[in-house]
Parts: sequence; structure tokens; C-alpha cells
Amino acid sequence: MKSGVLNLVLKRLAVAIVTLLIVLFAVFFATSMLPGDTASILLGQAATPEAVAGLREAMHLNDPAILRFLRWLVGLLHGDLGTSYANEMPVAALIGGRFVNTMKLAGITTLISVPLALTLGITAAMLRGSVYDRTVTVLSIGVISVPEFMVATLAVLLFAVYLKWLPALSSVNEAHSLADLVRIYSMPVITLTFVISAQMIRMTRAAVIETLSTPYVEMALLKGASRSRMVLKHALPNALGPIVNAVALSLSYLVGGVIIVETIFNYPGIAKLMVDAVATRDLPLIQSCAMIFCLGYLLLITAADIVAIMSNPRLR
Amino acid sequence: MTVARAASSRRSFLGHSYNLVGVVASLVILAWTLVAIFAPYIIPHPIGDIVDDDYFGPMRQGLWLGSDYLGRDMLSRVLMGARYTVGISLAAVSIACFSGVVLGMIAAVTGGWFDTCLSRFLDAMNSIPSKLFGLVVVAAVGSSIPVLILTLAVIYIPGAYRFARALAVNINTMDFMTVARVRGESTIYLIGSEILPNIIRPVLADFGLRFVFIVLLLSGLSFLGLGLQPPLADWGALVRENIGGLPFAAPAVIVPSLAIASLTISVNLLIDNLPQKIRDRDA
Repeated sequence: MKSGVLNLVLKRLAVAIVTLLIVLFAVFFATSMLPGDTASILLGQAATPEAVAGLREAMHLNDPAILRFLRWLVGLLHGDLGTSYANEMPVAALIGGRFVNTMKLAGITTLISVPLALTLGITAAMLRGSVYDRTVTVLSIGVISVPEFMVATLAVLLFAVYLKWLPALSSVNEAHSLADLVRIYSMPVITLTFVISAQMIRMTRAAVIETLSTPYVEMALLKGASRSRMVLKHALPNALGPIVNAVALSLSYLVGGVIIVETIFNYPGIAKLMVDAVATRDLPLIQSCAMIFCLGYLLLITAADIVAIMSNPRLR
Repeated sequence: MTVARAASSRRSFLGHSYNLVGVVASLVILAWTLVAIFAPYIIPHPIGDIVDDDYFGPMRQGLWLGSDYLGRDMLSRVLMGARYTVGISLAAVSIACFSGVVLGMIAAVTGGWFDTCLSRFLDAMNSIPSKLFGLVVVAAVGSSIPVLILTLAVIYIPGAYRFARALAVNINTMDFMTVARVRGESTIYLIGSEILPNIIRPVLADFGLRFVFIVLLLSGLSFLGLGLQPPLADWGALVRENIGGLPFAAPAVIVPSLAIASLTISVNLLIDNLPQKIRDRDA
């Protein structure tokens, strides 16, 4: 039976790799559909036709798209992300520091939102139907129903405009002390935490409630187990799989969230870099950023699926 | 079975007592729909006219929602913004749900390699984060209303497909499907007359949810400056252009946000408060 799980997991990983290839292909083609000739854009207005033709040759732009795609892919595997059109720096150098910044933002958000959301989700499920449960549910539906930038705007209004606790913009360069650090990260992290937690609370609550409605939990109730014992000892261990699944899925919302949050708070991360690259139509940069985001997203949803497979007791 | 279904649908559509939240939510949706249709006739000032000496003016008589960053009437701009936000989202969600549901039903009925390939491909599409997809497409082909509608539709086809296929696969195992097949009915007849009537209610609920996703994504893209381009402005673009008013809590930045929230929350609440029969997939 053990090999059944292994097979399913391997199958899921294979699907993830095929998906990754399709996604890379899609990203590559979407960005090469850009109107205008890359070589003439690079050389500017004054370039002679011969120079443009020469550069096209040198950049292999005359090759069929599939060949360029494969070459790009091989470059990727060697860690060569290409050169930015805008300032002719290697893309890898541009991305490096920004990537660390974004990971810091995502990491801090995860550290705060996972325990918070799990506590709220599980307690709401335990006290199902109470005022507390209804408040949590209404608030999380509210946050899910509005765009991320609105959560950010409200957070700025509340904490920066009315309460004046925090600055509205963040800039990582000025961090000299712990207080600075808190001031810089708090607004983006608060916003992201709201967005991610709302999803996670809903899914966690649903998972626990589903487990609570199973016959063995009813049995525990009938034998006289206390409510907390019923939830913690009987329901939670079995809800663990769906909960971890919910956590991984919710974290994938970080990908969309950081794009908005980094832009609105001017946070020097990779998403801001990408939005700016879209404005200047800097293809290699867009391709690489898009790839990193897709990779992260794919990792999270694959992890969620694998956890779901592993936690299914019928397959063990 | 037919009798039972007819009876239940009559009860749920006419005789069913919707609760208060559902009624309020439908009224908000109806109001925004009417605004979207009649906006050009009810706006108090032309949207391009500068009517206030001050920028980010407060709410007052004549300028009920204050003025924007150029001193234009905010009420008129929000009313016209409804047209773009609701219109584009509705067009996109219609294309997405129609294509997704038709493909999903065909895949469920025909099965085999068509089903496998399409499902694999659309699952892969689903693995591209939606905002990122929007960003890349806008970077590649530029932003215009047709491009936006198509991009938003393409992003949400896989979800609609998955949902409809899952429902249709269940229906496909029913006896009446076998009977229809034995009669030699065509695929078009099978999906149109046998499957669709049995999945239409959950599909409509899904339509509503997807509409919310699309409104949120469109607003997000416009907020990033990648959606509607000036001088046109949907609600997301209105928030973007007036974001400078945030430090003074100007109504110009708060009102369009509230407009988006009122629409999306209403649709969500309406769906949550639909009678169980309509909402559930195995209704």
C-alpha cells in the first residue's frame, strides 16, 4: 500500500514538472509577442539597417521561436537569466537583492499569519455559530471580497493617517535599529497578513468543521469527552492534512498579494521590479521575474496536493 | 424526477423567502447594474470637467462625493467608473463561463484523450498566478478594453471548466445519459438537453463567484496602472489616480474603494444566502 502513495506523489511531481514547462513556454511566448523589433529598440532610432541586422544575428533573433526557447531554457539551467534591456545589467544581479527582500517580506508574513489564522480558524470551528465565530467569518469574507489594495489603503488610513503610529511608505535602506525595522515592515506585513489569513481562516474552519461532523467525533461526544478534548484529541489529528493543505494554498495567494503590496508601499522587492519592468517593457527582466513567481506558486500548490495525498488514510 | 425538479425550482425562485441579507445584496447589485446602464444620463457633471478650484475637495452640496486630484466631480467619475468595472467584468465572466462550461461538458461526455489533454492543459494554465498572467499579457500586447476582456476571460476559463466538468461527470453516469446515448443522440444534444439543465443552478452560482474574482483582478490591474488607460477610468484606476489623497483621507480615494467593496461583498453575500437547492452542486 505504501508504494501506492509513492506512485501518486511521483505522478503529482511529474505533472508539476510538465506544468512548469508549459508555464515557461507560455511566459516566453507571451513576452516575445511584444510588438517592435528587439534589436532596433536596443540600438535606438539612429541605427543603420546593417547594424540592426547584425545585432539580430548576434542575438539569434532570426532563429525559430522554439530554438530560442530551448536556448533560453538551457541558459536558465546554467543560472544565466539574460541581460536587462533597460540598463544592460545582468538580470541575475538586478534580481538578487530584490529577491531576498521579497522573501523576507513573505517569510515574516508567513510567521505571523500561519499561527494567527490557525488559532482563529480552529477556535471559530470549535465555537461554531457563536458571536465570535460569526464575527471571524464575516470579517474574513469581508477581506476576501475586497481587492488587496483596498486592505492596504485602509491599513494606511488607520495606522498612518488616523493613529499616526507608522509611516505610509517603506524603504529598507534606512534600517538602523529594531525600531526602524518594525516601522519599515509593519505596513506591508499587516496588509499581507490580513489577505493571507482571511483565506487560511476560512479553509481551516471548513476543514475542522468537516472533521467535527464525522461519526467518530460524535462517538467521542457520546462517550462524554469534553469539547476541547473532542476537538484536540479526536478531530485535529485527522484534520491536519486538510489544514496543511489550506496553509499551502493560502500562501500561494502571497504571489498575487506581494505584487500589489510592494507597489503600493514602494517596497524594493522583486514584484516592484517586475511592475517597473512592465512599464519599460524590459523583456528578459519580466521573463525572469514571472518565472520566479510561477515557480514559487507551483511549488506551493504542488506541496498542497502532495500533503493532501499523503494525509488521505485510505491510501496509507 | 422531472416533476420533483420542476416543483423545487418553482418554490426556490418564486415562493422561497429570501432572507434580509440576500435581499439587500440583490438590491445593491441591481442598483449598480442600473447605474452602469444609465450612467451617461445621470451624471451631474461631465467626467472631464474641472468643477472645483481645490483638489481632493471634501463632500459638500453640489459635489456630493468631493473632487478628485484635478478638481473633477468624484460622483460623476464613480458613476461612470461603474460602467467600465461592471461592463468589462460582465463581458469577461460571460466569455469565461460560457467557454469553460461548454468545454467542461464536452470533455465529460466524450472523455478519452480529448478530456485528458484539455484537463492537463487547463490545469497548467491554472498554475499561472492570475495577476502575473495579466501583467505579462499587458506587457506583451498593451492594454485596451478588448485585450482586458479577453485576458480576464482566459484567466478564468480553467476554473469554470474544472467546476463544470466535475458536475457534468456526475450527471454523465446517470441512466438517462446511457439511454440518450443508446438512442444515438449527438454530443450537442447530450450537453445541451441532458447535462446543462441538470447543472445550470450551481453553474450560475459559480458565475457569480467568478464575477467577483474578475472585478477584483480588473481593479487590481487598473490599480497597478495596467488596466484601463486614461482618460477612461474604472474604479481601480480611480483609486490609483487619487492615491495622493490618502494622507488626507480624501473621499476621492475612499469612495471608489467602497464602490468595489459594495459590489463584490454583495455578490458574495447573495450567493451565500441563495437557497441551498440552488447553491449546492448536487442539487
